[in-house]
Amino acid sequence: MFDLDLWREIFQSINMNRTRSLLSGFTVTFAILLFAILFGIANGLGNTFAEGFVDDASNAIFINSGRTTKASNGLQAGRRIQFKNEDFDYLKNEFGDKVQYITARIYQNVNASYKNENNNYTVRACHPDHKYLENTLITEGRFINQLDLNEKKKVAVIGRLVEEDLFLKTSALGKFINLNGIQYKVVGIFKDDGGDNEERMIYTPVTTAQQIYGNNDYLDQINLTYNPKMGYDEALGFSNTLTTKLKKRFQVAASDQRAIRVRNMAEGTKIVDQMTFGLGMIILVIGFGTLIAGVVGISNIMIFIVKERTKEIGIRKALGASPKSIVSIILIESVLITMIAGFLGLFIGMGVLELATPVLEDFFIKDPSVNTNHIVGATITLIVAGTIAGYLPAKKASQIKPIVALRDE
Amino acid sequence: MQSNWYQSHKIDSEKPPIMLKISKLHKSYPIGDSSLHVLKGIDLSVEEGEMVAIMGSSGSGKSTLLNIIGMLDELDEGEYVLDNVPIVNLTEKKAAIYRNKFLGFIFQSFNLISYKNALENVGLPLYYQGLKRSERVEKALFHLEKVGLKAWAKHLPNELSGGQKQRVAIARALAANPKLLLADEPTGALDTKTSHEIMDFIQSLNDEGKTILMVTHEEDIANMCKRIVRLKDGVIMEDVKIEQVRASQYV
Repeated sequence: MFDLDLWREIFQSINMNRTRSLLSGFTVTFAILLFAILFGIANGLGNTFAEGFVDDASNAIFINSGRTTKASNGLQAGRRIQFKNEDFDYLKNEFGDKVQYITARIYQNVNASYKNENNNYTVRACHPDHKYLENTLITEGRFINQLDLNEKKKVAVIGRLVEEDLFLKTSALGKFINLNGIQYKVVGIFKDDGGDNEERMIYTPVTTAQQIYGNNDYLDQINLTYNPKMGYDEALGFSNTLTTKLKKRFQVAASDQRAIRVRNMAEGTKIVDQMTFGLGMIILVIGFGTLIAGVVGISNIMIFIVKERTKEIGIRKALGASPKSIVSIILIESVLITMIAGFLGLFIGMGVLELATPVLEDFFIKDPSVNTNHIVGATITLIVAGTIAGYLPAKKASQIKPIVALRDE
Repeated sequence: MQSNWYQSHKIDSEKPPIMLKISKLHKSYPIGDSSLHVLKGIDLSVEEGEMVAIMGSSGSGKSTLLNIIGMLDELDEGEYVLDNVPIVNLTEKKAAIYRNKFLGFIFQSFNLISYKNALENVGLPLYYQGLKRSERVEKALFHLEKVGLKAWAKHLPNELSGGQKQRVAIARALAANPKLLLADEPTGALDTKTSHEIMDFIQSLNDEGKTILMVTHEEDIANMCKRIVRLKDGVIMEDVKIEQVRASQYV
């Protein structure tokens, strides 16, 4: 039951001993302040890391080719490995379910123009799955589809900044853009969180590019995403198998690091996760250490308070105060001081982070905020901490004998 | 007149009930390796409506006796029955309930809580009885009025004179309507005139039928009671009923 009189008693006692309550709360305020700021910074760093990878799907695997550095199977070193459509189909068929999305890429630098505006851009010729791999967000129209590929259509999906550069204030959708002298119809406009460079890309069907830029079936790069149900270790195993099979297919020495390069985003994600986790642990340890110091401080001062109030407690007992009522007064006072002090620290910490956000962004710390979950967590922690801090003093208080307390000095 | 008639009439018709009965009470305190035997077999019986002074030089054990009666201290040996309730196996919790229900304390140094005003101090035993705030305020005000300090209800103890503080303390002792009032040198910290005023008030409480036990070493204060129990070295030397000296003649 909510006992208004008990609270009145406690507030009166805190109010009576303002300096002392303030002092005992200070360590906790400081602990939580420190914790909030450190936590915010760690959070910010984590956000920065995450953003570095948000551009691409986190389960992506990029496959590139180069020249061999070692002789193998009677073939000389320095041989150029070239992916073709058949390799793309091979990967698709060989790994089946393990592959979620797959696309090839052909890169081409082009001079694009519309009316009087022109500029240099990169064309990325790709398959329809590409938009999932790159997290491309279509704002108008559509992405490249299978029909475009089948009919080798001269269609283009352009980045937001390409539209801005060339089409000025007008919509590019349905208009024709000139890429190295060939007219492409703009069928879609996209944006991408990966930054300005990504938004200066132009996507065309991979088949169209093969026909126009060399009339061959060459591919520059094959990207895929693995089935997200796979864990880190499974995913790494998958990319290892994939590497081995491709090396065999192209008769590349198993130890050749250059000829076929497979980059698995899972590795990066794992490293980032581990770093964030490690950082979180360090901060937790520091935060808890400081909090423990704060708890010890409060406990110490509460013991002193109990000593100071020995006589008062004796009087209360002589008037009929039960041991329980004495314990609850001390305990609740302790919890209350801890909580008020803790929240003060938390809000100061949040304020500091809020103010420092623009500065921190220069140091790769993005959006270093503390959310509701943390506040709930902090509240529980503080209640527990206050109870621990108040336990010993309260026990001491309940053991005070009125006869000793009331003895005239 | 009427109260005198009532008392004499009562004594004639039936013996007043026993308020407290102590037999073969022993108490010693450990001092280093040895122990100090403070009370050596006390037998004492107090009837309802009595006003008893416990006298003795310092070290005679008079305060220890009062503390045991007040359940602030525990006895080593012997029996103690208060209002037909045997006081044995006293846990902290039980002692708290008994103290609250049966006893009112008046101390030499008043023992008011410094940061609570007169009204709150008087209301404290009622708070521990679990009374609602409104009832507490009403009862506390009633008792403050009785000691003539209703106008001072909102004053803190350090804004009151010694006599006023003791009167607040008496109001606090009365608030829970205890069966027995225990006073430990109630006038020890007061000047003669104020002492007489306080004694006058305590006598009027006794006139209303309250049983009062007080420890004092002042002969004239003891003479204002109805019975004097003299302690020496832990035993009762003398236990006499006396003709009460009214304090009102000095006020």
